[in-house]
Amino acid sequence: MEKILNWIDDRFPLTALWESQWGKYVAPKNFNFWYYFGSLAALVLVLQIVTGIFLTMNYKPDAAKAFESVEYIMRDVSGGWIIRYMHSTGASMFFVVVYLHMFRGLMYGSYRKPRELTWIFGCLIYLALMGEAFFGYLLPWGQMSYWGAQVIVNLFSAVPIIGEDLGVWIRGDYTISDITLNRFFAFHVIAVPLVLVGLVAAHLTALHETGSNNPDGIEIKKQPKDPATGLPLDGIYSHPYYSVKDIMGVVVFMAVFSVILFFVPDMGGYFLEANNFIPADPLKTPEHIAPVWYFTPYYAMLRAVPSLMGSQFWGVLVMGAAVVIFFALPWLDRGAVKSIRYRGTTYKTWLALFVVSFLVLGYLGVVPVTVWGQFPEGWPVLGGADRATVVSRLLTVVYFLFFLLMPWYTARDKTKPVPDRVTG
Amino acid sequence: MMNKLAATILALLLAAAGTALPAAASGGADMRLQPAPIKRLDTASLQRGARTFVNYCLNCHTARYMRYNRLTDIGVDIAMIQDNLMFATDKVGNTMTVAMTPKDAKAWFGAPPPDLTVEARVRGVDWLYNYFLGFYRDEASASGWNNLVFPNVGMPHVLWKQAGVNRLVKTEYENHEEALAALIAAKGLAALAPAKGHKYLVETLAVDDPGTMTTAQYQEMVADLVNYLDYMSEPNKNRRISLGIIVLLYLGVLFVFAFWMKREYWKDIH
Repeated sequence: MEKILNWIDDRFPLTALWESQWGKYVAPKNFNFWYYFGSLAALVLVLQIVTGIFLTMNYKPDAAKAFESVEYIMRDVSGGWIIRYMHSTGASMFFVVVYLHMFRGLMYGSYRKPRELTWIFGCLIYLALMGEAFFGYLLPWGQMSYWGAQVIVNLFSAVPIIGEDLGVWIRGDYTISDITLNRFFAFHVIAVPLVLVGLVAAHLTALHETGSNNPDGIEIKKQPKDPATGLPLDGIYSHPYYSVKDIMGVVVFMAVFSVILFFVPDMGGYFLEANNFIPADPLKTPEHIAPVWYFTPYYAMLRAVPSLMGSQFWGVLVMGAAVVIFFALPWLDRGAVKSIRYRGTTYKTWLALFVVSFLVLGYLGVVPVTVWGQFPEGWPVLGGADRATVVSRLLTVVYFLFFLLMPWYTARDKTKPVPDRVTG
Repeated sequence: MMNKLAATILALLLAAAGTALPAAASGGADMRLQPAPIKRLDTASLQRGARTFVNYCLNCHTARYMRYNRLTDIGVDIAMIQDNLMFATDKVGNTMTVAMTPKDAKAWFGAPPPDLTVEARVRGVDWLYNYFLGFYRDEASASGWNNLVFPNVGMPHVLWKQAGVNRLVKTEYENHEEALAALIAAKGLAALAPAKGHKYLVETLAVDDPGTMTTAQYQEMVADLVNYLDYMSEPNKNRRISLGIIVLLYLGVLFVFAFWMKREYWKDIH
């Protein structure tokens, strides 16, 4: 065994790679609950790739056959239903895990110097993931697949001057058609996954270069070394410590995943929408088109922005900016400390407002704008307006203020002193 | 501190999900649906439902993704399927299609009747159950029938001989509270809709002409049919649920080992 390893190591740095990336990677010993979601995201990525490969073996990217082939997988392919449910549940769980992982970064200031590139690679992964989800959602060729894609592509058509041509260029046709399905399939099964895997490698390489942050926001690399082990005082090897801890997290995650997969695979219409069991019909627009839950905060913003100068483009711009603004985070935050544990009340309040606006916008993106009724006629300014739209506008502003005011409120925030050692 | 924050966020998420679910489920119309009394493990009910389905539905509607031999799932053997349930084809591996062309269907009903293979996943079982109970006589409509759950539906009341003939009863109420109280008090299917002059209409059904079955018998027939439609929309459902229990038990045991292993390794980290 050792001989084989030596033989390989003389030709390829296998041991060195393993040790730098995991085996001898020194991590802070105080990771808490929020630190499970990185490894879980990697797990879901692998799961999506593997189940995706098997789905591709029976799926037909053809407008006349796509819907049928999905039902064929669900009914006639041995074990097809379980693979398909794993893939559909995995898609939503990917976003659950990634949102929690991003929130961890927000709370503990993991995006800050020296980890800016890790954060940027992460934001790129998030963008790629959104693309991947969007392209994949067309493939079952149900009503929601079709009309959801229609709505999103029309967003690009709202771009001034080049919009119309841009829409045609994306679709390859004047409407969503077989041609669109074929190219979305190509993007979903090869182009975007390739990019995703590359970005994940970059994300991990960057992280393992700087070392991990932790719930206290302390740089363990700056600590004195333990004379016995030669490691920073609060550092431990990832292997075996975080290997065994992550295995425990994986088992719990698989249990949650299995509850959804085996007992509520459509999650009350959130993971698999009821309308998507109707084959796509270009002549029949569904009454209520809602994107899948993970896009709804942005969809709510899009709907909230009024059309200006006869163009919906402003809504599109706001929606895009809401995603892209995450990239700027490392340079917006001027706090004296990284972790929420040592921040003052101003920062905590803003973070709470941000979380609330994200969640409520997410809810409002699912429901029709009339959900909360209208303000009474005759009220100044607000009279007759949909309550939900007004709330969406307010929350969109809060969402952006969290970022745009960050340079001021983080700098003026009353922070607590950060200890030398992690607090567990 | 962190646990408190995590708990708060979890609570918020749950609250958001809780408010989102009913809102997404109802389509905005104030319709009181009765829950469908179906038992997914009751094979006798599923078999009766399959019989109703092939006899009454499978003349206009298709079940294009459902194979006849799949009915062995619900305890019918191949010979029985061939002798009693197959009218449109002679190959037991074929799917449930009909001779009516979409073109004819459009001419006769205004729109081709939808394929029913996964209809239960589109509408939900409660909607379907109430739909079958919701037909009433309406001379104004093309087919002579209308439906409380699906207004102006193109489909005639195929099971009218068994169900009998119902008529629509409209009661007007001055305000929403009274109408809502009446809706809740009404026995069986009822709908509430705003009417002219800020009034509210509560719509219920009354029997004009009883059918060959009693109401209870007809409801049972419909429940069996809905049970079958639900089975057909996902034939693997029972297997999915029973497999899920085994998987969770396995993961429970695995967790004990994973937990011990973690604790053992971590015991000298302080």
